[in-house]
Amino acid sequence: MSDQEARRFVIDHFWVAFAAFALACVLAVYQVLERSGIIPAIQSPAVYFASVSTHGVLMAYVLTTFFIMGFGYYVATTSLKMPIWNKPLAKTGYWIALGGTVMAAIPLLLGKASVLYTFYPPVQANVLFYLGATLLVVGSWFWAGIMLVMLHQWKTAHPGETVPLPMYANAANAILWLWTSVGVALEMVFQLLPWALGLMDTIDVGLARTLFAWTLHPIVYFWLLPAYMAYYVFVPAAAGGKLFSDELARVSFVMIMVFGLPIGFHHLYVDPEQAAGWKLAHGIGTFAVAIPTLLTGFTVIASLEVAGRKLGGQGLFGWIGALPWRNPMVLAAILSLLMLLLGGFGGMINASYAMNTMVHNTAWVPGHFHLIFAGTVITMYFAIAYYLWPKLTGKQLCSASLPTLQLWSWFIGMAILTTPWHVLGLLGQPRRISDVTYNTLLTLAWDPYELAMILGGCVLLASALLFVYILFQTQTKGAEEPDRAVAYAEPLHPVVKLPAMLNGFGLWNRVILVLMIVSFAVPIGQFFFMDSFSPSAWGY
Amino acid sequence: MHINPLERKWVYVSLGMVGLFVASIVLTAITEGVHPPSNVETVDSASLHLGDEFAEDKLGVRQQPDGSLRVTLVAARYGFYPNHIEIPADTPVTFRMASVDVLHAAHIPMTNMSTMVVPGYVSQITTTFPKPGDYPMLCNEYCGLGHDHMWSKVTVVAKEEWHGVAAAEQQGSKP
Ligand code: HEM
Ligand SMILES: [Cu+2]
Ligand SMILES: [Cu+2]
Repeated sequence: MSDQEARRFVIDHFWVAFAAFALACVLAVYQVLERSGIIPAIQSPAVYFASVSTHGVLMAYVLTTFFIMGFGYYVATTSLKMPIWNKPLAKTGYWIALGGTVMAAIPLLLGKASVLYTFYPPVQANVLFYLGATLLVVGSWFWAGIMLVMLHQWKTAHPGETVPLPMYANAANAILWLWTSVGVALEMVFQLLPWALGLMDTIDVGLARTLFAWTLHPIVYFWLLPAYMAYYVFVPAAAGGKLFSDELARVSFVMIMVFGLPIGFHHLYVDPEQAAGWKLAHGIGTFAVAIPTLLTGFTVIASLEVAGRKLGGQGLFGWIGALPWRNPMVLAAILSLLMLLLGGFGGMINASYAMNTMVHNTAWVPGHFHLIFAGTVITMYFAIAYYLWPKLTGKQLCSASLPTLQLWSWFIGMAILTTPWHVLGLLGQPRRISDVTYNTLLTLAWDPYELAMILGGCVLLASALLFVYILFQTQTKGAEEPDRAVAYAEPLHPVVKLPAMLNGFGLWNRVILVLMIVSFAVPIGQFFFMDSFSPSAWGY
Repeated sequence: MHINPLERKWVYVSLGMVGLFVASIVLTAITEGVHPPSNVETVDSASLHLGDEFAEDKLGVRQQPDGSLRVTLVAARYGFYPNHIEIPADTPVTFRMASVDVLHAAHIPMTNMSTMVVPGYVSQITTTFPKPGDYPMLCNEYCGLGHDHMWSKVTVVAKEEWHGVAAAEQQGSKP
C-alpha cells in the first residue's frame, strides 16, 4: 500500500467513527429532552430505548473500534516506518466491521434491538443485531492480528533494538483487545447466537452475565489507551518539551494490559450468581489498575512542566500559564486530565466493594462514564484528529481558533451534563429510564437536574457538529500542508538499556493467562456443575 | 532502566494510597462482614408459584422462628410483589427476591438496599433502615419498555410503632 493509499485507509476509518459519533450525538439530545418530560409529544419508551440502544452501540462500539483501528494503522506505519502488512487482509477486516455495523444498525433503528449496548439476556433482540455485533468484533481481530504481525516483522528486522514507544503501546492495546473480546465472543457463539437463531430454547443468564463482565471492564481500557498514547507521545512534543520517562510509560501500558483484564466482577458486585470472595478478589485487582493511571497522570504533568519551564514559566504554578493553551493537543490534555481526576474519584467509589451498593445502576453510573469516556477519552480523540488531519489529508486545519473553541465547549458541555447526572444518581434515580413516572416526592427533586442536562446536551451537540465541520472544511477547502511527518515525543533521557520484558509481550501474555485462569476458571466453571435454571427468550 | 527520584517517590505514594483503600475494604469485609449480596443460590423461575418460598401466599414480611424479619418478594414485569410492605426501623431485615421473567434490580434510594435480581437465582440482602419514612423501591435494571414504571412502596416505621407482621401486609393496592 502506498503512503497515500494508507492515509486514505486511515481517513476512511476515522470518517466511519465520526459519522457514528455525530449521529449518536443527535440521538443524545433527543434522549435528554425525552427524559425530562418537558415536551409530552416526544414521550415514548419505545423510541427512547431504541434511541439509547443505538446511541450506546454507536458510541461505545462503532466510534471507538473504528477510531482505534485507524489510529493503530497510522501509528504502526509511521513509527515502524513500514507499510501496512497484507493490505487485502486489512481491507477485508474493515469491510467486515463496517458490514457488521450496518447489519446491527438496521434492527437498532427499527426498534427491533432495544436491548441497550449491554444486550443482557433473557430479553432478546433480532438476530441481525447479534450477527452484526459479532462481525464488528471479528473485523477488529483482523486489525489486531495485523498489528502483531507488523511488530513481529519489525523486531525480526531490527534485532536488539527498542520498539518505538508508540508502537509498543499500540501493540499492547491490540493484545489487550484480543484477550478482552474472548469473553463476549464466547457469550455470542455459545449462547446468544444459537439462542437467537432458535437452535437453543433457553439461556443461562448467570453465565452470560459472567462472560460479559469478562469483556466489560477491560474494553474501557481498549477505548482509553489511544488517549494515554497521545498523552505520552504527542502531548510533550506539542507543548514544546520532552517525554518525562519512556520506561515508566511502558510500565503503565503493561500494567493496564495485565491488571485490566482479570477484574470484571466489579460490574457484578450486587449480582446473586457470584460469591463474595470472587467479587472481593476482582475488587482488589480493580484498585491495582488505578496505579498505572496515577503514573500516567504524573508523567504527563511532569512532561508539561518541563515544557512550561522551557517556555519561561516560573514558580510553583507559573509553568502552567506558560503552556501553549492555544495548541489543541495541549489544551485537550489539560481539560481531559481535569475530567480524569474527577472521573477517577467517582470510579474509586464505584470500585469500592461496599459503597458501590449506594450508586449501582443509578444515574450516577452514566454520569460517571460520560465524564470519563465521553469527556476524557473523546477529548483526546478530538485532539488526535486535529493533529493527524493535516498529516493525513495534506491540508492545513481550516482555522486555528475553532478547534480550541470546540474543545472548550465540549468540556463545558460535559461539566453541565455530568454534574447533575451524578447528583441524580445520589438522589436514587435509576439509569436507563425514559420517564419519571414514580409519583413519589423524591422524583420532584429530580426535575431541575433533568433540565440542566438538556442544556449540557445542546452545548455538546453544537460542539460535536463543530468538530465534524472543522474536519470536513479542512479536508475539502484547507490550504496545502507541507509538513506530513508526524512528530513523536522524544524522551528526556534516551532509552539506553531496556529489559526485554518492556520490549515485548511474551512474558505478559503468560502472566495474563495465569491470572485469567485464576480469576475466571471457578466462577465460569460453577455454571456447569450447579443445578441452574435457564429462562427462555422474552420480548421487551 | 532510568527512574527519576521524584518519580520513584510518586510510585511509593501511589502504592501507599491504593494500599490504604484496599486494606480498609478487606478489613471491613473480614472483621465486620461487609459484603455485597452474593448468595449463590438457584431457583426455578418458571415455577415460583408452585414452590415453597415464592408462592403468592408466602410473600411479604415474615417473622422467622429466631425472631428476625424476612421480606420475600417476587420481581415481575413491572412491579415488586407485594407492592407495599411495612417494616420497622433500626431492625435487621433480610430481603429474599426472585424474578419470574427477566433481569431486574431493586434499589431503595439513599440506602444500601440494592441487589440485582437475576432469573434462576435467589437474591438475598440484609440491611437496617435507620430513618422512618416512605421509600420507593425502584427497579434499576432495564427490563423492558415498562421499566420506568417498575416500583413498589416500602414504609419504614419507628420501631415502637410497628404493628407486627400481620398489619405489615397491605396487598393488592397498586401504588
Ligand atoms: C451529546 C452528548 C451526549 C449526551 C447528551 C448523552 C446523553 C446520553 C443519555 C441521556 C443516555 C441514556 C442514559 C440512560 O437512559 O440512563 C446516554 C447513554 C449512553 N451514552 Fe451518551 N451522551 C452524549 C455523548 C456520549 C458520548 C460521546 C459517549 C461515548 C463516546 C456516550 C456513551 C454512551 C453510552 C455507552 C450510553 C449507553 C448507556 C446505557 O445503555 O446505560 N455518550 N447518553
Ligand atoms: Cu469496569
Ligand atoms: Cu426494570
